[in-house]
Amino acid sequence: MDKLIQDLKVQIIAQLNLQDVKPEDIGDDQPLFVEGLGLDSIDALELIVLLQQQYKIKLSNAEDGPKVFRSVRTIAEYIREHQPQNT
Amino acid sequence: MKLYIRATGNISPQKTFGHPGLLAEIVEHSGNRLYCVEPDYKAFIDVKQIRRMSRIIKMGVAAAMECLQEAGVEVPDAIVTGTAYGCLEDTGIFLSKMVEQQEELLAPTAFIQSTHNTVGAQIALMLHCNGYNNVFVHRGFSFESALLDAMLLLKEGEAANVLVGGLDETTDTSHAILSRFGLYKKEPVSNLNLLAQSTKGTIAGEGAAFFLLASQPTANDFAVLEALTTFYKPANIQETEQHIASFLSGQSIVSSEIDLLITGRNGDMEEDKVYSKLEQSVFDKVPTVNYKPLCGEYPTSSAFALWLASNIIQSGSLPPSLEHTGNVPGKIKRILIYNHFQNTHHSLLLISAC
Amino acid sequence: MNAPVFIAGMGAISAIGNNLSECLNALENQQAGMGEMAYLHSVHSKTLPVAEVKLSNDALSEQLGLSKIISRTAMLSMVAAKEALENAAIAALSNFRTGFISANTVGGMDRTEQFFNAFLPDHKKGKLRDVVHHECGYISELAADYLGIRDYVTTISTACSSSANSVFYGARLIRNNILDVVVAGGTDALTKFTLNGFNTLMILDQDPCKPFDENRKGLNLGEGAGYVVMVSEKVAAVLKKAPFCKLSGYCNANDAYHQTASSPDGTGSYLAMKGALDRAGLLPEAIDYINLHGTGTQNNDIAEGTAIKRLFGPVYPKMSSTKSFTGHTLGASGGLEAVFSVLALRENIIYPNLRLQTPMKELPFVPETLLLKDVSVKNVLSNSFGFGGNCSSLIFSKI
Repeated sequence: MDKLIQDLKVQIIAQLNLQDVKPEDIGDDQPLFVEGLGLDSIDALELIVLLQQQYKIKLSNAEDGPKVFRSVRTIAEYIREHQPQNT
Repeated sequence: MKLYIRATGNISPQKTFGHPGLLAEIVEHSGNRLYCVEPDYKAFIDVKQIRRMSRIIKMGVAAAMECLQEAGVEVPDAIVTGTAYGCLEDTGIFLSKMVEQQEELLAPTAFIQSTHNTVGAQIALMLHCNGYNNVFVHRGFSFESALLDAMLLLKEGEAANVLVGGLDETTDTSHAILSRFGLYKKEPVSNLNLLAQSTKGTIAGEGAAFFLLASQPTANDFAVLEALTTFYKPANIQETEQHIASFLSGQSIVSSEIDLLITGRNGDMEEDKVYSKLEQSVFDKVPTVNYKPLCGEYPTSSAFALWLASNIIQSGSLPPSLEHTGNVPGKIKRILIYNHFQNTHHSLLLISAC
Repeated sequence: MNAPVFIAGMGAISAIGNNLSECLNALENQQAGMGEMAYLHSVHSKTLPVAEVKLSNDALSEQLGLSKIISRTAMLSMVAAKEALENAAIAALSNFRTGFISANTVGGMDRTEQFFNAFLPDHKKGKLRDVVHHECGYISELAADYLGIRDYVTTISTACSSSANSVFYGARLIRNNILDVVVAGGTDALTKFTLNGFNTLMILDQDPCKPFDENRKGLNLGEGAGYVVMVSEKVAAVLKKAPFCKLSGYCNANDAYHQTASSPDGTGSYLAMKGALDRAGLLPEAIDYINLHGTGTQNNDIAEGTAIKRLFGPVYPKMSSTKSFTGHTLGASGGLEAVFSVLALRENIIYPNLRLQTPMKELPFVPETLLLKDVSVKNVLSNSFGFGGNCSSLIFSKI
């Protein structure tokens, strides 16, 4: 789980082109949107693509976004629950 | 009605941003592609916003911000931009990924940022400007159309000030494609001796120049924008001459009353013939400066020319670094800009001292 | 500056018809144009319905008498703009200063996509004729040259409000005595670029769209072109037939809220509609019909609806989204819907908003679901809102 969280932080920074943010700057439970890291609805769409590309997980309903993308930990948990059984 | 150029902001292949002194030194570029001299954008744009911006968006937003700061205007009444190519880099990214990934797993950001209104919209968003916002995308008339719209808004009383800009970028992809059309010189060339070649082709340029136009004067205005006209696909040189003559007579001036002509000579032996012919007729004996060795050729380059003219009028004289022909008066009070883009889009801009 | 600007002609091509009368017929008979892709080649052909013009590129080229196939965007433009000029039937057009103000969002992208297939793996490959008309402005010039218009040609691109702005700008060129006659509107063909772009935003409905329905799931992309011919008072006086109506109001505002999303209270939409009413000198109750932007996305319809509630409540004009017929034609939509607005005035009809089953619970009004005939339509408001917060409204009024 820790490795997954670490990987996710690196991937999020790259996918969203976050400037001057290092993986250690993002707390596992820190809110990603608005008051936390300041992400918005376009980033949510980018994160959906990230899950598809890196983890083969399709979030078909964009409305699930806010729940899944609340923090890096919630994303990791969602990946654990939904990843195809090959890892 | 007089319209005032209150401030300018310009990112170009020359050191024009941050007002380092008007062309104190001229930047030499070798090869057929000129790159803008870019500042550190973080000083002008919030890092949270910068992460999604391609180069042309950063250039446009920064030039616009510098212009507004210089004008002392926080939020203009209207924002009008002109861009022929739009956001080429983001367009190329989305298009390439779409083809390579066969329409699967595409991310939205490049698409969102690819629309031609991105820069104008970003400026509005940053300034919370709810006013009039328009974008012209018409090849060599993009900036001229934007400028006409701005002038009309001021004349109509719809706005007291308008932020207007012209901007275009070159990308590796666009340069590769336009090169195949034979637009650029094939032999090694420096922008400093661009006009000395008798060969085909020019050099690719790019830039983002913004202006704050206002209907009321202040003590710090650069110049007065007197008039603008465009004409499309003149049938021959006589028709071009007629357009120029009627523009001048419409302004009640004769060519000898023009202190300086700024032309769009670009080094292409065919395209430059137009200027050479006009210098023997309607522009006979008018002192001349050519601006494209400074910024290269691109569809909205006349925005660079307007920036140059505004700054020359403000200082009253030519910077020593700038080559010219003819006898320039001690104090330059009236400048005519004449440019044509591929002999298809012709434009005339007349500006004068306040 | 306040001289009247008359609408003397119009032309349209869309998924519901190849000309004005076919489009009107489809609107009256509730025949929507979306379905499975026939001409666009995309991996999404089975999942995403689109509203295609029912003519192949070969058929368009042949109809126009062109020697070769050019960008579909240009050919759609030529068909509709030519119809508009013929419809206006201005005698001795060459005596007037005539302009062509067009709009589109991605220029000749339909051909650039083909070019890129070959170009990407090898930059020396790809036919240059497929990319030569890539620029938005080139599309307009192909049409202007075809129509023989040379006095003033330009192109506007403000995403989905593009061609409302070209109509608006054209009217101002007449009012400022720069031109006498303006053909204004816009065009866009379906492209893989836009289809995939909107798909990444997850706002495409996999079924025919349901604008202003509580259960709306997004928009369908469409294609087409729509143009009006606007004339000055001087030209109107010498027309053989009376102009259809006048363009009485227009306004352009920016939402300045988000790159793609509308503000929850529809600030930009409100300002555009309010400004157009003020320009026309009309009170909200004078509007008989609103041709909604009504894309069918969650976000647009609630923002637009909220702005209408604020401006018009408690008594609402009739309204509908004709995108339920044509899909969202992007850069063409403002022009196409301007034509539909003028047709509503001329025919005294109000179009239905198709597939509206469950009204939106936040809104106190419901768009029309059936065709209304023989109603008095004196003033029509047409809304066009786009990405980047670009919002524009036009008002057409009976003379």
